[in-house]
Amino acid sequence: MVGQILEVIGRPGFTRLLLTHVELSALALIIAIVIAIPVALAVRKTQAGAAVAINVGNIGRAVPSLALLALALPFFGFGFTSALLALAALAVPPILINASTALREVNPGVIDAARGMGLSGSQVLARIQLPIAAPVIFAGIRTSAVQVVASATLATFIGGGGLGDLIVEGFQRGDTAILLAGALSVAVLSIITEVGFAGIERALTPKGLKIAQKRRS
Amino acid sequence: MPRVSKGVALALLQEISLEEPRLVEWDWLAENFWEDIFPAIQGHMYLSFVSVAIALAISLPVGVLAARYRKIYPPVTFVTGILYSIPSLALFSILISVPGIVIGPTPVIIALVAYSLLILIRNVVAGIDSVPAETIDAARGMGLTNRQILFGVELPLALPVIVAGIRIATVTIIGIATIGAYISGGGLGKLIFDGINRNFPTMIIAGAILATALAIIADLLLLALERYLRPWARRRRA
Repeated sequence: MVGQILEVIGRPGFTRLLLTHVELSALALIIAIVIAIPVALAVRKTQAGAAVAINVGNIGRAVPSLALLALALPFFGFGFTSALLALAALAVPPILINASTALREVNPGVIDAARGMGLSGSQVLARIQLPIAAPVIFAGIRTSAVQVVASATLATFIGGGGLGDLIVEGFQRGDTAILLAGALSVAVLSIITEVGFAGIERALTPKGLKIAQKRRS
Repeated sequence: MPRVSKGVALALLQEISLEEPRLVEWDWLAENFWEDIFPAIQGHMYLSFVSVAIALAISLPVGVLAARYRKIYPPVTFVTGILYSIPSLALFSILISVPGIVIGPTPVIIALVAYSLLILIRNVVAGIDSVPAETIDAARGMGLTNRQILFGVELPLALPVIVAGIRIATVTIIGIATIGAYISGGGLGKLIFDGINRNFPTMIIAGAILATALAIIADLLLLALERYLRPWARRRRA
C-alpha cells in the first residue's frame, strides 16, 4: 500500500495538483489580508465600528466552508476563480476579528506615553500599536491560513483543482491508494502550514512582549 | 427516499430552466420540503448532537485527569491537535480506507468527535484552572472530600468555560458535518452535493443557507446559555 501511495505521489500530475493547491491557498490568504487589515485599521478609532467588525467576523466564521464554496458556484460558475473568491471570503473573518480586537486592546496608557513623547498619530500606529498588536494579528492570519489550506481540498467540488482532485478520483474509482495519497498529502500540507506559521508568529513577537508574556505565565 | 418524485422534479426543473434560469425555485422547495429538506435538517442535527455528546463524554474525564496530572496534558493536546489540523475530507478518506469502516454516518461521527476533542479538553482544563485556589481551600476546610470538591465546586464553577468550548465545538462540527455527506453521512451537505451534481442552484443554496443558519442558531443559543451561567461576565465583551 505504501509503495502504491508513493507511486501516485511520484506521478507528474501530482506536482501540478500540489502547486494549484498552494497557489489557491496563498492567493486567497493574500486577498483576505488585503481586505481585512485595512478594514480593521479603518474601524479601530470608533467603538461601534470595531464592535460591528468583530460581530460580522463572528457570524462569518460560523459559515461552513463547504457552504461558502458551494454558494460561489451559482454566482461565479465552475473553476479556479470561483474557488479562490470563496476561500478568500472564508479567510477574512479570523484576520478581521483578531486585528480589530488587537488594535482596540492596546493599553491606552502606552499610547498616551507615546503621545507625550511627541509621536504623531501615524507614528503611534506604526511604532507602537502595530508592533504590540502584531502577534495577535498574525495569530489570526495563521488561523486563516490553516483553514484555507484545509478548505482548498473542497475546491475540487466546484472545479477549482488542488489535492482534493486526488481524493475525489480515488473515491470515484474505489482506489484506496489514490484516495490515501490525496488525503495524506493534504494532511501533511496542513500540519506544515500550522507549524510553519506558528514559527513565524513566534519570530514576529517583539522581544519586549515575550519578556512580558514570560513574566505573566 | 422515493426516486420517482426526484425524477419528476428533475424533469420539471429542466422544463422550467428552458424558459428562464432562476437561482431559487421556490416551488421546488415547497414541494420537496418534507421529502428532501426536512430529513436533511434532521440528519444534520442528529450527526452534530451525537458527535458533541460522545466527544463530551470523552473530554470530561480526560480533561479532569489532565487538570490533575499536568504531565499528561501536553501529549493529549499534541495528539488531539494533530487530529484537529487534518482537513476533514482527508480524515473522512483515511477513515473509510480502514478495513471494516464503510461509508455512512459512522466514519462521519468518528471524525466529528475527533475534531471536537481538542477544543473540549482544552476548555475543561481551562475551566478547572479558572477556579480560584482559595475556593478549593475553603471547600477543603469545610471537610469536603476530593470527589465532593470536584463535583460540587470545581465542575460547577468551570461550567461556563466548558459551555464556551461546547459552543465552539458545535459550530465547528455543524460546518464540517456538511462535508460528511460526501461519504454518505447524510445531513444538509447532501442537498449541496446533489445540487452540484444536478447543476441545480436551488438545492445548493438551500443546503448552504440552512447549514449556515443552523450553525449561527446553535452559536447564539449556546452563547445565551454561557452568559446565563456566567452573569458576572455579561458586560465584558462585544
